[in-house]
Amino acid sequence: MDFLNALVVLSNFVLIPAVAYGSQLALGALGVTLIYGILRFSNFAHGDTMAFGTMIVVLVTYLFQSWGISLGPLPTALLALPFGILGCMLLVLFTDRAVYRFYRQQKAKPVVLVIVSMGVMFIMNGLVRFIIGPNDQRFADGERFIISVREFKQLTGLSEGLAIRTTQGITVVTALVVVTLLFWFLNRTRTGKSMRAYSDNEDLALLSGINPERVVLYTWLIVAALATVAGTLYGLDKTFKPFTYFQLLLPIFAAAIVGGLGNPLGAIAGGFVIAFSEVTITYAWKKVLKYLLPENLEPSSLMQLISTDYKFAVSFAILVIVLLFKPTGLFKGKSV
Amino acid sequence: MSTENAFLIGDGMTGGYGKSGPDILHDCTIAVNKGEIAVIVGPNGAGKSTAMKATFGMLNLRQGSVRLDGRDITDLTPQARVAAGMGFVPQTSNIFTSMTVEENLEMGAFIRRDDFRDTIAQIYDLFPILKEKRNQAAGELSGGQRQQVAVGRALMTQPKVLLLDEPTAGVSPIVMDELFDRIIEVARTGISILMVEQNARQALEIADKGYVLVTGRNAHTGTGKDLLADPEVRQSFLGG
Repeated sequence: MDFLNALVVLSNFVLIPAVAYGSQLALGALGVTLIYGILRFSNFAHGDTMAFGTMIVVLVTYLFQSWGISLGPLPTALLALPFGILGCMLLVLFTDRAVYRFYRQQKAKPVVLVIVSMGVMFIMNGLVRFIIGPNDQRFADGERFIISVREFKQLTGLSEGLAIRTTQGITVVTALVVVTLLFWFLNRTRTGKSMRAYSDNEDLALLSGINPERVVLYTWLIVAALATVAGTLYGLDKTFKPFTYFQLLLPIFAAAIVGGLGNPLGAIAGGFVIAFSEVTITYAWKKVLKYLLPENLEPSSLMQLISTDYKFAVSFAILVIVLLFKPTGLFKGKSV
Repeated sequence: MSTENAFLIGDGMTGGYGKSGPDILHDCTIAVNKGEIAVIVGPNGAGKSTAMKATFGMLNLRQGSVRLDGRDITDLTPQARVAAGMGFVPQTSNIFTSMTVEENLEMGAFIRRDDFRDTIAQIYDLFPILKEKRNQAAGELSGGQRQQVAVGRALMTQPKVLLLDEPTAGVSPIVMDELFDRIIEVARTGISILMVEQNARQALEIADKGYVLVTGRNAHTGTGKDLLADPEVRQSFLGG
């Protein structure tokens, strides 16, 4: 019984939140890794691209709510998601036309593009705050739990409860669907393969008649969709606050680099590695250990390695360790 | 040697890389007849690869012209020349390493909108090892197999002339012989082949026509046999 209780506590506070957070990071890291693989630079504006897409989803959700449109038990935001994706696509395409294309034609070095993307980041950041303001927005509605603590206790008779929030369930399901679609697209369609070919060997891709501008266009469209989905899922799970999305850049980059920049599979693995590390290292293990250890060994402290305030330090530490020992990431990516 | 009815001819080419780069080729003429194998040999830095790349539109010609099947293609980009019926296999980075063998072939056929499964089947007939490894990442193959993937990729557009830049660089002598056999087979299907080679003797043995370049100029031109028999060529390039 004690063991089961320990397992339930662990699932409730570590496994389920980490899986949800990991899925969100994975989707974000996929966007970063696609840009790196195909446009060949680290896009610092990715966090704020996520914020922009999510902002549109939030605004359209409010609009739908005022009209009385809802999805019943599911959050209205799912209905607003396509509009967010569309808005985000328009924004990144405009940015590419107005900014990145110029540097592409100049054949600018990746480091120049990185700095350019930082400029884009600040502009997008300002744009989002200008439109929706810097405050927290709660836009999740519908049923709050798939299974609540009380229901779980009644169902199992255990003394510990397990809750699965609707947003967590939606996050995992959506991430699975999106990732499946993405991999199907990259591995099975002519356009997807041409994107991989372009990422693999630009000169040979040109020689094979692959049009780079088309590849770039599709990449931005996919990245906009991924960013909006990732941002919306994160916002549903927590809240939407522009500054938080800017901060998300760090764990997302850590995930992409840990997995191997340019490698989509690595981005997903990296997302979960970062999420699980962050959650397990900042979790207070006392409750789990209470069930597992004999009574006289029960810890008196919280058994928390570091405070949650320092969770970004975890991503940093993992990033540094991976860069030191395996610079191309866990899955062979391009060396940085 | 007459080049009037050559299928592909780079005629009196003078030029170099970039807009203001120094001339590498000086009035250099390279031609290949239909279904024949032409080989460019010469010492290091003679401009062998450059001469071939010039016929493919990869450098600025200040003088001279390139004609494919009688049509002047001097102003076409390399991509447009692929569409016009030329295939090019670069010396290095000539495959998509992270993609499977079959995907490499599919990417070779990117500009084709028709059904190209027949062509893939033909290439598998020509290079049986590729059929065996079709679902393996091309980067995991051996040097000789990678070259077969590279040639296969270029053949996917069903080119009328195939340009090979040192196809046997870095492979063992046995694999080299096998690659040459395959190249002869490709030529027998009616595809003209223009090839740059370091292994001058073996290459001239299979060549219908040979070009010896020195410092970007035509030094000797003749059939493969003639050049092999030419004492001056033997002396200077074939080690006696």
